[in-house]
Amino acid sequence: MLYTNLKHIETAAQLEKAISDNENVMVVCGRMGPMCIPVYGIAEDIEDEYKHVQFFDMEFDNPEAVVIRRLPEVRGFMGIPFTIYYKNGKVVKATSSIQTKEQVTTILNKEFGAPANKKTL
Amino acid sequence: MNEVQQYDAIVVGGGPAGLTAGIYLSRARVKTLILNEGTLGGQMILTHEIANYPGVESINGFQLANIMKKQAKSFGCDLLANINIASMSLGDDIKTITLSDGKSFSAPAVILSPGGRPRTLGVPGEGKFKGRGISYCATCDGDFFTDKEIVVVGGGNSALEEAVSLTKYASKVTIVHQFDHFQAFEHAIEEAKKHPKISFIMESTISAFHGENGLESVDILNLKTNAVTPFKTDGVFIFIGYVANTENLKGMVALNDWGEIVVNSDLETNLPGVFAAGDCIAKRYRQVTTAVGEGTVAALAASNYLHRRKQSHS
Repeated sequence: MLYTNLKHIETAAQLEKAISDNENVMVVCGRMGPMCIPVYGIAEDIEDEYKHVQFFDMEFDNPEAVVIRRLPEVRGFMGIPFTIYYKNGKVVKATSSIQTKEQVTTILNKEFGAPANKKTL
Repeated sequence: MNEVQQYDAIVVGGGPAGLTAGIYLSRARVKTLILNEGTLGGQMILTHEIANYPGVESINGFQLANIMKKQAKSFGCDLLANINIASMSLGDDIKTITLSDGKSFSAPAVILSPGGRPRTLGVPGEGKFKGRGISYCATCDGDFFTDKEIVVVGGGNSALEEAVSLTKYASKVTIVHQFDHFQAFEHAIEEAKKHPKISFIMESTISAFHGENGLESVDILNLKTNAVTPFKTDGVFIFIGYVANTENLKGMVALNDWGEIVVNSDLETNLPGVFAAGDCIAKRYRQVTTAVGEGTVAALAASNYLHRRKQSHS
């Protein structure tokens, strides 16, 4: 069980539906652990800003998460969380281990586009 | 132009020191804001079990952080996490902090508690193999290395204790340490030394990481002879201490040679109205309990400063 405020994915079928129903999806697949919690926190904090992206989590040790653990894009990953970015149902980016907000938003901006109301100094 | 939001005190950093300062200040009816560049809780949330926090037998670091956060909020403290600080002006009577989204906050008192982050080796390949063979957390990533041969870098308590815990998974653990002796407590050294799966390479460090998709080998540099030896390994866990997150404070407050903020016993920096607490300050022991104590002292000293300032302005 992941104690986050993100939408949870519990089955492979739910993941399939999430990525087919939404153009831009970010899924953080991890545990309630030190490398994962900061990434969930970043997703929670930017969720309102990135309205064109759907954010989900999935428990790494859930047998159904095999659909993420077996992706070719995560071959060689040896650190959780596995964070997968899907565009139109296809994986466009995957990262391993803890990330900073800057690293996450750089990927989101590149793959899905910056939020329309994004302010810059 | 955005309006500047006024506070009595701004705490930069939301680890145990910053959250404690927020609790004390808000409870004293000081209008307080905590600004945190990452997830609230700091290094504390990277700890699976805290068993030496007095009054609590054992608690997960994330849970303890959440309790502190709830406490601070309940006293009226405002909290902003995962923000980016674009600029700080700390030299004047009223200090101003501006975020990268343009929001600005000002206050006569500031407590700096930006914490620290795990030190990296900073050698070729380290960035490439992070999460692909290089890890900084045994509890998180240990099971990826089941029946594999791994290296642990470091010689303090974390390195030796995590090396022993990694023997649950790894078939062999080699500890690489830069000195000829360890800095850990005696019991940790003894436990590592007597473990049949652990061996040691002393007075050495890793000078490069190699591999294709994942880590395959490292170069081990003997610091005495300068000889470099290739060493096959499936993974490397790095536990070589922490560095203070004070890069954006250079030239603003007094820092020592290690980038730590220099403070007096009241945790005042060289700037009036600017205090510091937690892993960012020059000190010997870095524990949740010491951070909490410093958060308390900094908050009380800041309250006192605000009181004196108010009297002198009236």
